[in-house]
Amino acid sequence: MTKEKAPKKYMNPYLGGVLLGLVLVFAFWVSGRGLGASGASKSLIIAGVETIAPSHASSASFYKEYGSSKENPLKSWLVFQMMGVVVGGFLSGAFAGRLKFKVEKSPKITNKTRLIFAVIGGVLFGFGAQLGRGCTSGSALTGMSVLSVGGFVTMAAIFGTAFALAYFARKLWI
Amino acid sequence: MGPLVVNEIISAETNLLFAFIIGIAFGFVLESNGFSSSRRLAGMFYGYDTTVLKVFFTAAITGMLGLLFLSLFGWLDLGLIYINPTFLWSAIGGGVIMGAGFILGGYCPGTSFCAAAIGKLDALAFIGGIFIGIFIFAEGYPLWEGFYKAKDLGSPVLNDLIGTSRGVMTLMIIVVALVMFWVGEWSEKKFARDDYKINQH
Repeated sequence: MTKEKAPKKYMNPYLGGVLLGLVLVFAFWVSGRGLGASGASKSLIIAGVETIAPSHASSASFYKEYGSSKENPLKSWLVFQMMGVVVGGFLSGAFAGRLKFKVEKSPKITNKTRLIFAVIGGVLFGFGAQLGRGCTSGSALTGMSVLSVGGFVTMAAIFGTAFALAYFARKLWI
Repeated sequence: MGPLVVNEIISAETNLLFAFIIGIAFGFVLESNGFSSSRRLAGMFYGYDTTVLKVFFTAAITGMLGLLFLSLFGWLDLGLIYINPTFLWSAIGGGVIMGAGFILGGYCPGTSFCAAAIGKLDALAFIGGIFIGIFIFAEGYPLWEGFYKAKDLGSPVLNDLIGTSRGVMTLMIIVVALVMFWVGEWSEKKFARDDYKINQH
């Protein structure tokens, strides 16, 4: 319609939800586990520490419990799945004309503010996902689909807290 | 028949190939629904865009129903699938910290990788934060190991807790989800913003 080529519209969210649910069911059928996102980052950290500081990795309890039991933490299901997520996200963005370097934020704040808060949010999410044994994908979504009590508890805690803090963070978004 | 890898119908290597393909589908669906946009995700908490609610709960009930159907067809042994264990205090504590991270950072881990894939620099910063957060957890592990492992309830499921069947539990959750979808649709009209278009970015 206009001279500028506008990106395609997003998918209908209910259709998107059904498709996401089917991907989840397929994952269960193949591997007996659902989806996950934060697990891959943990594998990367463990692999990194094992490479850079092997003696530390063999003495500190976290790495002993999780890392050293496996031969190679990077050869894990979630690492391969997350590599797929990056490819899939890129393909969808390419087809829809949404590939673009940008910082997304409320018009009221600077890029610097947005990036600082993005890092802080990431630190909290990374830490919280370890404590909660999984993030929105692995604990909340996957946990809920198998009716796990922990999945529902984590989901309620994530969304409840975000709603409770939304007023204080409003300048970041609206 | 399923899970394929547990029943040794496919090898561990083939399972990893499937992981990559499943990941592509996962990332594609997330991005197609705008989960690569932090303002869209954050919109959930201000009511102007409730896509997160709609996609997330539709996916959860589709997942529940799909697992029930596969079990009914004899294609998937639900006794062999992984049920997330429940450690009550860390499930709540972790969720609260993640919730704070969500509203400040605008992403969760899966969506941040998806957003970084299409060039969002704030998502890249968020991913950097995730690595720092995990590293802090790992290095300070002895400090919170007690809390992390406290109140171990095993792997309880909601229907056992309430004392009903898996099918009835799923039906109840579907009804709750339908009510929430209605609230979401209402909220998007009520809290609509002039500076934000819901289906287009």
